[in-house]
Amino acid sequence: MSWANIVNNKLRSALTMLGIVIGVASIIALITIVQGATGAITDEISSLGANILTVQARGTPLKPGLSANDLDRLEAIADVRGVSPTISGYVSVSHRDKVLEAMVQGKNELYFRERPVQISAGRAINALDVDGANRVAVIGSDIARELFYGQNPLGRSLRIGGSTYTVVGLLAPSGGFALGSTNKAVFIPYTAAMKTLGVRTVSSVEVHMADVARADEIIGQVEAVLLESFNYREQAYSIFNMQDALDVMKDVTRILSLLLAGIASISLVVGGIGIMNMMLVSVTERTTEIGLRKALGAEPVQIQIQFLTESVILSLGGGLAGIVMGLLIACAGSWFIGIPFRFSATTVIAAVGFSAVVGVLFGWMPARKASRLNPIDALRHV
Amino acid sequence: MQEILRLKDIVKCYRLGGQEQVVLDNVNLTICRGDFIAILGPSGAGKSTLMNIIGCLDVPTGGRYILGGRDVAAMTEAQLARVRNREIGFVFQSFQLLPRLNALENVELPLIYAGLPRRRRRELALAVLERVGLQDKVYNYPNQLSGGQQQRVAIARSLVTDPALILADEPTGALDQKTGQQIMALFQELNADGRTVVVITHDAQVAGYARKILRIVDGRLFPGEVDLAGQREHIDVLG
Ligand SMILES: Nc1ncnc2c1ncn2[C@@H]1O[C@H](COP(=O)(O)OP(=O)(O)O)[C@@H](O)[C@H]1O
Ligand SMILES: [Mg+2]
Repeated sequence: MSWANIVNNKLRSALTMLGIVIGVASIIALITIVQGATGAITDEISSLGANILTVQARGTPLKPGLSANDLDRLEAIADVRGVSPTISGYVSVSHRDKVLEAMVQGKNELYFRERPVQISAGRAINALDVDGANRVAVIGSDIARELFYGQNPLGRSLRIGGSTYTVVGLLAPSGGFALGSTNKAVFIPYTAAMKTLGVRTVSSVEVHMADVARADEIIGQVEAVLLESFNYREQAYSIFNMQDALDVMKDVTRILSLLLAGIASISLVVGGIGIMNMMLVSVTERTTEIGLRKALGAEPVQIQIQFLTESVILSLGGGLAGIVMGLLIACAGSWFIGIPFRFSATTVIAAVGFSAVVGVLFGWMPARKASRLNPIDALRHV
Repeated sequence: MQEILRLKDIVKCYRLGGQEQVVLDNVNLTICRGDFIAILGPSGAGKSTLMNIIGCLDVPTGGRYILGGRDVAAMTEAQLARVRNREIGFVFQSFQLLPRLNALENVELPLIYAGLPRRRRRELALAVLERVGLQDKVYNYPNQLSGGQQQRVAIARSLVTDPALILADEPTGALDQKTGQQIMALFQELNADGRTVVVITHDAQVAGYARKILRIVDGRLFPGEVDLAGQREHIDVLG
């Protein structure tokens, strides 16, 4: 019965639904895009390891960075699997007559073991290279193409700054949205990097924890080492915890999603008012019908259910159309911005639930009005 | 004879602009199983008001209404809906069929509210449509039926729940004379089958089909003569 009335007022029903369609579509599109973007960033960060503490040493006038002894002491902390220092610099890298500027990063063997860097040919930097400060390099795919076009770079020489290195490994091409890719990177042992780049101390080091559950204790001990090392000057260093960053990121996502959903809900409310309006018109138009149904034995509850069903069908129909439209917009939008499209079942279920609630909420008053019509007045209305 | 309902000193007043208008004035009426009663009176006499009270669509200002041994004043909204559904079948002057439903679906409507399953509804609706002679028109929509046929559908709808009483308010009012006579003949047949019928009309000739005529003038109910000629004269006098 409810269905028949909707079908018989096709245009009016469609226009009424449009309000809900727009509301739901904007909620779905906004949330899907936000979640896609933040999801991509969060995934990348967590793929780097939530078990990593990054220590940045600004140093003091007397001591510009961490010494080898400091690194040993950090490594000796219980539940620390190892430390991975970084010595980096933007220097010229050349092979024969080809020269380019590249980010040269000095790392140790732990970096290649713990991080998701993939070697496509040759080998990674190992502990012997680090101990002996061997002049060997592992290069990204873009560097390989630009310097060694058409030839196998493995075993060939590479000039970095003023020193000559040998290419021992090639990295597989990598993507990466938030933190950039390794395609343009040149990795060498950090001990060799210190010599080549003329650096005597380490100012950036990653501490790999064996047990994330004990992160707080480990951070405390790392701080103790750093305080002692820098003569109790707290401003000489900072410790960055990946897990904290992830937590902040998740909070930001949640707040942003709620905010956007809140804004988009306003259009849903406007859509709901549209439904209420149509239902009120419908009740007035069908006064006689309601009176007749009552005379034939319909209870007020049954009349109310009939009209509520109608408004719920309208809003659910609008909601479903809105979901399809919203997902299409999100898909196109994600592609346009260049972030992955992520279908969120929770959002869709919430949207369905929300539009049903709008139907009940805004259909309630008209349905109640219909159920309370006096049958005699209604029947006289001919 | 078994009593279906009894009205005792029923009063209905409307208050219009501070002035009290008495529409029904101490109406006493008993309807028994098998009766065929016409309530005859001029326009504005209070006929429809009386029918609405008998049909539990309206409540009296005063007096008592006993239906099937129960006091209607004590019934809840849901019980009243049930009474309208099971005990009373309505026939209106303007047919009151739903235009978007076909004859069969219109007749099934009361059975939906009676909570019957689809197949049983169909069965019962087809049977009463056949009873009123519309077995060929069950899938026609109201606008595909003549006035007389539409009123037959409405009568079928009033019969379908097998009510104790059929209440018809000016059932011939929207029909030409010949069709009106056919409809009244149908009521006569239904009464002969043992159904209880109350027809409300302003037309003495229509009232003549009933077995008992009651006259209503200015909200007061009088027993009327069965003699048709006398009745006509009386109505003519009243205008
Ligand atoms: N809701 C109402 N409010 C005020 N007066 C009413 C109302 N309903 C009916 N009346 C009055 O009651 C009188 C009887 O009406 P009605 O029962 O419809 O007469 P009939 O059906 O015999 O023509 C009329 O004078 C009418 O104006
Ligand atoms: Mg009337």
